[in-house]
Amino acid sequence: MKNTISHRVADFLKNFPPFNELTDQEIELISEEITIVYKEKENIIFSEKEKGHSHFYVVHKGAVSLSKPESNTIVDMCDEGDIFGLRPLMANENYELQAKAHEESILYAIPISVFKPVALTNTAIGNFVIESFASNTRNPYSKNHRGKLFIDNTININSDTEKSASDFKLIDLQPVHYSKKIISCDTNTTVKEAAKIMTEKKVGAILVVHDKLPVGIITDKDLRNKVVTGAYPITTTAGAIMTTPVITYPSTLTITQAQMAMMKSNISHLCLTADGTVDTKAVGILSKHDVMVALGHNPAVLIKAIKRAKKTKQIKSIRKSIMNLLKGYLDQNIPMTLISKIISELNDACIKQIITISLDKIEEKPPVKFAWLSLGSQGRSEQMLHTDQDNALIFEDVSEENLPKTTFYFINLAKAITKRLNTIGYDYCPAGMMASSSKWCLSVSEWKKTTSHWIINPGIDEVLLAAIFFDYNAVYGENSLAHELSNHIFYTVKKYPIFFVHLAKGALQNPSPTGFFRQFLVEQDGAHKDSFDVKNRALRPLTDAARVLILSHSIKSINNTAERFEKLAELEPNNKEIYLACSYASKALLKFRTKQGLNHNDSGRFIDLKTLSKEEKIKLKRTFKTIKEIQELVTLRFQLKSM
Amino acid sequence: MFNFLKRNSDNLPDFWRTYENKFQQKTVDEIDKNRFIVLDTETTGFDYENDRILCIGALALHDNKIEIKNGFEVFLIQEVYGKESVKIHGILKNTKRPKITEIEALELFLDYIGNSIIIAHHTFFDITMLNNALLRNGLPKLKNRLLDTSTLYKKTIIKSNLLSKKNSYTLDDLADKFSISKKDRHTAMGDSYITAILFLKIVSKLKEKKEITLKYLFK
Repeated sequence: MKNTISHRVADFLKNFPPFNELTDQEIELISEEITIVYKEKENIIFSEKEKGHSHFYVVHKGAVSLSKPESNTIVDMCDEGDIFGLRPLMANENYELQAKAHEESILYAIPISVFKPVALTNTAIGNFVIESFASNTRNPYSKNHRGKLFIDNTININSDTEKSASDFKLIDLQPVHYSKKIISCDTNTTVKEAAKIMTEKKVGAILVVHDKLPVGIITDKDLRNKVVTGAYPITTTAGAIMTTPVITYPSTLTITQAQMAMMKSNISHLCLTADGTVDTKAVGILSKHDVMVALGHNPAVLIKAIKRAKKTKQIKSIRKSIMNLLKGYLDQNIPMTLISKIISELNDACIKQIITISLDKIEEKPPVKFAWLSLGSQGRSEQMLHTDQDNALIFEDVSEENLPKTTFYFINLAKAITKRLNTIGYDYCPAGMMASSSKWCLSVSEWKKTTSHWIINPGIDEVLLAAIFFDYNAVYGENSLAHELSNHIFYTVKKYPIFFVHLAKGALQNPSPTGFFRQFLVEQDGAHKDSFDVKNRALRPLTDAARVLILSHSIKSINNTAERFEKLAELEPNNKEIYLACSYASKALLKFRTKQGLNHNDSGRFIDLKTLSKEEKIKLKRTFKTIKEIQELVTLRFQLKSM
Repeated sequence: MFNFLKRNSDNLPDFWRTYENKFQQKTVDEIDKNRFIVLDTETTGFDYENDRILCIGALALHDNKIEIKNGFEVFLIQEVYGKESVKIHGILKNTKRPKITEIEALELFLDYIGNSIIIAHHTFFDITMLNNALLRNGLPKLKNRLLDTSTLYKKTIIKSNLLSKKNSYTLDDLADKFSISKKDRHTAMGDSYITAILFLKIVSKLKEKKEITLKYLFK
């Protein structure tokens, strides 16, 4: 039956291959027969060796991972518009790969009985499907080999290629993403002018064209070697100093091919042309940087990529590379201090860029200065994985009559920012502690009033709020606003020292990690029954203890728990040993949580004890001893026993 | 045992009795195993007495799947016509869509929904409109169990005195919150689809906290 929803599905499909090759009528026909399937995160769509479904799938929303479970290798990640589960379309065989919802996903299941006749009559579609199936790459046109007929012996060959492809690190075979906006100048342009264009567009190379055809390239290196040295004057033309001829390749190059090409000619930029020769129009420029980003090996490259991103979607894909980087670091056993520094730096850069993008998109410029504060684990630089967003906004004081207008502006800005953060993978804070809420978007004076209220009337809620808020870190905007608030907070807690007692009491209220017989205490009910809550039972006591102790020393601008303990060790030499043990424990636990999270694609908060080795269990338990000791220290320090 | 039913429904048409008989089947406690009907109505206005249904759109949800061809979309022939609401959903009195009478629509609708659990956003409104239509045609009220995504959503919010809960959440509010595309908003079918996805996302959110059964949704 034709209906509103089938139109909606058709509208989506016609943007993606192979459906873009179909006529409107054909798409309508297929759309009417589609089943919409909703999959929660981690739900299996089909497993290895499972009998083929009567449908194949298109990802509408979310992401689906295709993997070989026994070797734990992800063969491909399917995004919006990608097709998968094609095996039953090709042959009457069971699935070779497992398909799992990597995120919450909405899929369109297309009945093979409806699709097959269409594919058989349309060779372009048939070829695309064969290629998708054979290579598992997202855009099969990028590969050199091509399928021929739809149904012939290729099927057998294909199932072999699928196997060998999955042994590869598939990313190497994926097509490169190059910059399609070509920055170019004419051979007559002066070098000075060319350099200006390069600076403005933030690129390291400019293409020199003549009659629309690429004739040469000028890179930063050329400017340095040929102009700055004085060999050529600044008024010389681009044609005089360019490297020529340009080395050109077709745009269907894969990452591996691009790397090889750069190594072979020892160059950092490739020019991509329509047919791969210098006689056709340039379609893009590929830099070493682009290749590095695609491989996701280098934090400096990723930072650069983040800063260049103009769209939220680009940042979303960069964040996937950050996760790869994190995984690599953990595998190589790089010290956690260093890992958390790099990853938080990258996360902060993402947030900063999101704010920049949001500011660009909003018509009105901010009426006064403001700062964006990351709270909680993000503020402490302890957020490795995608978790909830906790943030706040502080803006300069304005006159009373302008306050409602100003607040309205910043809440709207914050709404745009939090929405984009959500798009790149930060869930909304379930408790609504976000700058987009009127309670967390305040002027400096209002924040002073709020924090004073928490400090002077420390009920359970106020202490909890203070605990979350006081680990703030200004990631964007006017730092001095955050400093002013910090000074106010320190001043107020000095006047009302009773606040420390309440904060300390709060720090001891976390559930204990082990029971009387030193066994792990696991969750009794809920979805995480029988798993160990590493966040609440182990990390939180350390974080809370570090916070109250460091605040009582009036030390600001150290937010990281491990670093706070190191500072405390320095300040109190007689307790040095225990503080250093705490610092070590918090790093070890964070690593634990991050590894768990990466393995299970979640926040890593709940650990299934059965999956731990004996050694890991001992390690974990050792940190508990430290937790107990620091809690005793806090009890004594703030004289909580007598209360 | 049919005698008892018969006495009550002596004057009722066959299709109503077929509908009624479907309720002898019990629902199961696993959420995914039930058939849900997610529906939305477009009406001439918001007056339960004087306004009429323009269009009923519904989708069947079963095992987290929606089959498009099993969607339900009917447009009704109108006597009463409010100018106000035309602006919202754009169904004009004389469009070229095939239209059917109210009683025909109800017969098809009852056959479609059977004993499924009905889901809507602000269910009370749609159900009252439908029940009033049934009443006009001498039929009893709907017998289906009802769920409302606007109240279900409240279950996902953390209970805390730090937060001010809104009393009512519009479909637009929640579509934004759960990043659901608002394409085809204000068509009965489009709104049903948004509501269906919303329902799935809410259930998935609730499952994060603990395992839940159908009973929990009705609590």
